[in-house]
This record gives sequence, structure tokens and C-alpha cells, in this order.
Amino acid sequence: MSTQRQKQPDEPETQEAPTDQEMKAEASPQQKRLQRKREQQSAREASADEGEPEEETVHLKVFRYDPEVADKQEPRFDDFHVPFEKGMTVLDAVMYARDHFDSSLTFRHSCRQAVCGSDAFFVNGKQRLGCKTQISDLSQPIRVEPLPHQEVVKDLVVDMDHFYEQMHAVEPYFQSEDLPQGELEEQRQSRENREKIKMSSRCIWCGACMSSCNIAAGDNQYLGPAAINKAYKFAMDDREEEEIKEHRLRILEQEHGVWRCQTQFSCTEVCPKDIPLTEHIQELKREAVKKNLKFW
Amino acid sequence: MYEHDVIVVGAGGAGLRAAVAAHEAGADVAMVTKLHPVRSHTGAAEGGINAALREGDDWELHAYDTMKGSDYLGDAPAVETLAQDAPEETINLEHWGMPFSREDDGTVSQRPFGGLSFPRTTYAGAETGHHLLHTMYEQVVKRGIEVYDEWFVTRLAVTDEPDPNDRTCHGVVAYDVQTGKIEGFKARKGVVLATGGPGQAFDHTTNAVSCTGDGQAMAYRAGAPLEDMEFIQFHPTSLPSTGVLISEGVRGEGGILYNDEGERFMFEYGYANNSGELASRDVVARAELTEVNEGRGVNDEYVHLDMRHLGEERIMDRLENILHLAEDFEGVDGLVEPMPVKPGQHYAMGGIETDENGATCIDGLYAAGECACVSVHGGNRLGGNALPELIVFGKRAGYHAAGGDLGEAEIETGYADDVEDDDTDLPITPGEAGIEPEGVAADGSGQVTDAAGSLERAVEAERERVDHLLEKDDGVQHSEIRSKLQQAMTDYVNVFRTEEGVKKALKIIRECRQEYQDVYVADPSRTFNTDLQHTIETRNLIDVAETIALGALVRDEFRGAHWRKEHQERKDDEWLKHTLISWDRGKPSVWYRPVILEGEEKTYEPKVRSY
Repeated sequence: MSTQRQKQPDEPETQEAPTDQEMKAEASPQQKRLQRKREQQSAREASADEGEPEEETVHLKVFRYDPEVADKQEPRFDDFHVPFEKGMTVLDAVMYARDHFDSSLTFRHSCRQAVCGSDAFFVNGKQRLGCKTQISDLSQPIRVEPLPHQEVVKDLVVDMDHFYEQMHAVEPYFQSEDLPQGELEEQRQSRENREKIKMSSRCIWCGACMSSCNIAAGDNQYLGPAAINKAYKFAMDDREEEEIKEHRLRILEQEHGVWRCQTQFSCTEVCPKDIPLTEHIQELKREAVKKNLKFW
Repeated sequence: MYEHDVIVVGAGGAGLRAAVAAHEAGADVAMVTKLHPVRSHTGAAEGGINAALREGDDWELHAYDTMKGSDYLGDAPAVETLAQDAPEETINLEHWGMPFSREDDGTVSQRPFGGLSFPRTTYAGAETGHHLLHTMYEQVVKRGIEVYDEWFVTRLAVTDEPDPNDRTCHGVVAYDVQTGKIEGFKARKGVVLATGGPGQAFDHTTNAVSCTGDGQAMAYRAGAPLEDMEFIQFHPTSLPSTGVLISEGVRGEGGILYNDEGERFMFEYGYANNSGELASRDVVARAELTEVNEGRGVNDEYVHLDMRHLGEERIMDRLENILHLAEDFEGVDGLVEPMPVKPGQHYAMGGIETDENGATCIDGLYAAGECACVSVHGGNRLGGNALPELIVFGKRAGYHAAGGDLGEAEIETGYADDVEDDDTDLPITPGEAGIEPEGVAADGSGQVTDAAGSLERAVEAERERVDHLLEKDDGVQHSEIRSKLQQAMTDYVNVFRTEEGVKKALKIIRECRQEYQDVYVADPSRTFNTDLQHTIETRNLIDVAETIALGALVRDEFRGAHWRKEHQERKDDEWLKHTLISWDRGKPSVWYRPVILEGEEKTYEPKVRSY
């Protein structure tokens, strides 16, 4: 089962009806707490300025699938109506839906602050990190789907194995034969060179870029933007020697490497860490050309 | 059944470092982790790594600062080991390619941090943990170390001699999140727990939702004591709405705290006349809440952290990540307005009792990182001391577990006949569970004393537990119990603690325990059942929260991060000792071991701790 199928927009909408009754949840302590918080917040806002304390809700349409459970074997969308709070993110909203309406709603998440890279979803047709996407920036109903072009394990969880394999394929570890010998002596690196690799080193392996890439969708062996960016981090780091850089470029210019990129910028657009992925790929292409010219 | 020499549970900084060390010592090592390594919460650490690298600094100053910061509850052999080994381990990370920030001469940058006598916090922007985590994982990939990711370890396989000191750990039982399969993992040489902290025991925390104290709870149920659990660090600068951490680096670079009246309260009200915003974290957290309680908080909830005067260039160079966090999670632009901050649960100083080699009292069982208590941090951890702890003690634990020789440890572990038993009238019996089928990992009956038997029994018990949870059709859902527990801890076992409040918390925790007997998992699927995983985690949180509250009740003094309303002074005559809580039948439940203040060459004399 792959999310590629879900590209037909009309198909799943027909199967939502049975879930409405799930919205009637008992008032759990968590709910009361959130309620209390909301009231406090509204009171604060009301006293500060005029405020608008009326109850707003968020309408989510969430992709559901479980290969084991009879009524979830056919993919469907469930509707959830979640009370809105200022600052609420897509992750907050699906967590609320899980904790109050349906504990089987399944997705990866951990740090809640855009550094663990677990919660890349396809939200309103775009790859985004759930934890750093504000509900208030989205039009409703908000469609939350698993990342396209990856096998769906269950609900919003996709199989990341292929992504990890590509990340591992670029020898993603520092290689230098020439470490300083003095006691407690570090390799020197200029500020400029550190700055050069800074953006590339921010990658959190969320997989949004790979999922957005048409080339990766059509060529399963394409290294993909994240892995190429990982290689960029090392190839541009002056602490590695020239021979190692050449070795890295040879890995990158193979058939399923940098030359497959058609500079559509989709990866750059969706990257939650603002990494200029396409530019990095282009730069590596130029480096590869330069090296080849040198050899010829 | 899987089998390796060394099993490392958890793949954050400590686990990764332990795995590399065990591998380098020649062991066949595997990591078993409920999150893929790069998802680990080490990645959220922002500030840096304390290491005495420069002229004018030395390990003894680092040790002194750490001991003072601990409020004289760190054990000197552990504190000195940390300070001595941190420089080499930090440079080692640089040699592994970690992208540290740099000075003009190309050396790694260091900055001032709270409670430090020298600017020795070595950093990589405001995302040091992210870089450390990824650099370490790269080394694991390079070595081809096997990683079982999204395998959730739920139980230790230990023998059940009556005295935990006689027990041996032969492996673990893990649950494959993707398929629901439950399997034993035999460890021929040792198991290293590196499972992180228990931050989810609290409602407002900087910790990830995966920080559920799993290793601590499992070790506790196997008979290893938990040490100094009452010492919980509340970070002074977390964002009010989400608990997202704003690095101490902001204050290290010159950020200023203001109350609602625009006063620089750290100085105006004399909380820390010398160090101001850079006093130790416990001091600043209490100061902020005192401001709020006295009516000078912003919106009666938080204070302001202002970094605008540092200028855009410096902020972009050293603190860029903070701008993103403030904007994404609080909607505030740190370049044009001050950021709202309040204290949030951040770190557990206490944990599984280990010696300086990472060993627990149970043979073959090790612990390192936040889940362990060596004890380096004592009553309060200094900023920048968590990351060096991961790499220094992660390495030692991994090396020792693989059979490497680190010499005799000076720190003792395990209950002994000459320790002091607690005589407080406790409102509850610690660890008293009455919950079957998932009770203790070793019942002390002495019936299972071999590797095969202990593994077989552990696997069987976990299969029964999971079957029971999945087959039960109704009852209570874990999320209700969890939020009740979190609320009780944040209401009553927070920065300010009273006897009455802590007792209330213990009563609520006991209710949670009782309610948990009726818990069920609504999702019937064996495929990626996070409902089941979170339900098992909630049980771990109950066990760990209870030890935190118990420690907070018995320690009737004010030391480090532990503040008690009725006891407003540090009582060195009575309390230069660690609190230990064991869950093993026939032994006292709460007991004490004196702190070791004698270092290699000098004794650390407790002094008044002022900043």
C-alpha cells in the first residue's frame, strides 16, 4: 500500500460518516486541564483587550489505514473536530484527537520542537513538520496524510527504511587520515568554512524532501536530496582531505546521483530547516565537472 | 531470540557512545531503541559541552564548579572523572567531524555558562546536541553496529536471588513496534541502559514525549536502587505555551531577564548579586517564580528574556536557532521583542545508582547518561554538564560492559548492612504494586538463577502482559492516568515543594497505580501500536514519579534544586547523603549512603553556595 494512490482527491472522501460519533468524548482530566488553560487564556485576552472568547474548533481530515484491522484495511479519512487554542500546531491537534477521541490514531512524534524529525506529514497537499505548522496558517478542513511516495505502515506512519538506506549510501561519516597528533589538539577550521557547511548540517532526516521529489518517486535508486546534502556537508568541509572529497564526488556523480536532479526546487520548498538543498546539489554538480575536467 | 555480547538500550548520546566504546573493545554490540537514533532527545540539547580545554582553565576548576553547583551532593570520584575526561572526549568529537563553532584562529569556540568560573562551554551554534547526536550516529554507521530501531525494551532479564547484589542481568525483552513481535535479546557480557530522563512525569517539560523513564523503572523493578530522585532541574527559560527550551546560551551571550515592571530582578531583588542571570539554574528558576508569585510576573505567568541588545549579527552567528524556536513555538520575534520564559521541568539529576564505571549493583547491568546517577550532578546540574556526562560515562559503561578494565570503582553500589535506613513514617509503601501480571522483574524467590531461565521467564511475562492489555475490552485508557499523574507532579512536586503538597501527590500517584490495574489498550492491532507503547510507558512513569515524590518527602532540607517550604536551609549535619529507594522484597525501601567529598588530592568542603 502506498500513498501514491491517495493522489486521487475524491476517492476517500466518501467514507467518513461513521466517525462522527467518536467526537463525543468524556471529560477526562486532560480535557479539563486544557479547558482550564483555554479559559485562563481567554480571560487574559478579554481583560487585556476586547478579546474574542468564543469556542473555535479545528476540522481535521486524517488518513487512516491499518493492514490488520478489518475496517481500516481500505484506506479512509476520519473527521476530527478539535478545540482550537492560540498557537496550536498540527501535531497538537492530532495528539488531541488521539488522546480524546481515538487512541488508535497513529503517528510518529517525539521532541515537539522540530529537531527529532519524526513528524513530517502531508498537510493540505504539502510536506510539513506537524510540530512547526500552525493551524492558523492553514485552510480548513485540514487534510493530514502520510508522506507520499513511501509505503504506509499505518495511519500517518510510513516506512523509513529506504530513506535510511539512501542516507547510509553516501558514506555519511567524517573521514580524515590526517588528525593532529598533539594532546587535545583539534583540527583547525575557518569560520567561513564552518559557515559554508552550517545549513547542510541542520538536516533532521525527516524525509520531507525525498517525499516531495518527482525524480525520487520515479527512480527508486536516486540518492535523493537529503543524502546528497549529507554528502555535501562532508565534501565541503575543509577538514577532509582532497582525495576523500574526490572519493565522495565519485559516489555522487554515479548514475543515480546528482545528475538526476532536474532543479525543480520542490525539496528546497518543503525543507523545514530551510536548507538550500537544490543549490547544494547544483554546487556538487559543478564540483564534479571541475574534477572531471582535471582528470581529462 | 537474538544474541550479542553487549546490548545497549537507547540510542541518544550516552547509548551511541557506549556502543562505539564496546565495539572498539572488541565486543559484538547491538543497540535496541524505541526511536531511530537520530530521533533521540539528545538532539534537543542546545547549549554546549563543558570541557577545560584552554589555558587558564583546568579540570580542577571544572570539578570545583560542578561540586559547588551540585550543592555538595556530587560524589567526588564521579565529578573528577567527568572533569578529567571531558577535554579528551570533546576533542574526540571534533576529530569525528562534529561541526563546532569556531574562533578566528580556527579553534573550537567556548562561551560562558551559569555557575562556571571559566567560559568552558564548547558549542556548535545553539544546536550542540543535534550535532553531537548526528556525529555519534555517523560513527555507529561507520562501524556497522547493529541497530534494532523502533524496538521498545520493556523488561530486563535478571536472575532473582533474594539480594539484588547477587543478581545477574542476562539480557532484555523488547517489543518490535512495527510488527508487535516480542523477543528476548541475550547479552553475553552486559546490558547498558541509556534510556534518558523521566521528564514526561511532569506536565510542563522541555523533554520529548519519549522521555518516560523506561530504563529507570525497569532497573528499579529488577532491584537496582534509584538514587536522589527528588532532584529535578527546572530550566529557567522554557517557552510558556509548549515548554520548548530556550538555551542558557542566550544568557551566556548576555541575555537579560526582566519582570513585568521592567526590572532586572536578578540584581534588583538580590537573587544573585554577582552572577545575575548566570547564576545556577535552580537559583534563577526560583527567582522567576518568586517574581510571579509576588505579582511582578508578565500576565501572572512568566518573565521576559531579552536579547535584542546583542544585535542581529551576533544573534545570527551564535543563537540563530533560538530565533526559530521563539517564532515557531511562541510567535515572538526575538530580534524585535523580548521572549516570554518560565521554568519548565528539564532534567533529572537522580537515576539508576551506578559507580564511576557505569556499573550497577546487578552484575552485567550498566547505566549511563540521564537515566543514571553516578553521581555527578548531585542536587543541581550545571548547564553544559549533561553532554560531557553522556560521552564520558557512556564510553566508560560501554567499555566496561564489553569486558574492559577500568580498575576498581571507588563509589559503592547496592544496599549493604551498614547503610542508614530511613525511619520516616511514609504515607505509602514504595513500589507496592499489587499489579499483576506485570509486577517486578525479579521477585527474590531465588528460583531462577541462570541465563536461559531468566530470559525465558522475562519473555513469557511480557507476552502475557501485552496479551492482557490487548485482549482487555474496556477499562481506563492510559492517557487519562498519565495526565492526572503529570498534573499532580507539576502542581505539588515542582520548583516549590511543601510537605502537604508532596503527600497529596503521593496519594494521587497511588490512585494512578490503582487505576492502572484497570488499564486497557483500545487499538487491537499488532502493527505500530503506539497506544500499547504509551500504555506501557505510563506504567514506567508511575513508578518513577513515585520515587521522585518519596525522595522529595523524606529530604527535609533545602539543597540544590530541592526546595522545601518548611525547611529553608541546607542541613549539612544530617543530609550530606544520597537518598536511595529500592524495590526489593525483604529490604528497607528508603535508605541513605553518605556523599563522597574526598577527591584525588583534596576534600571538597561544603561552603555557602552564592552566585
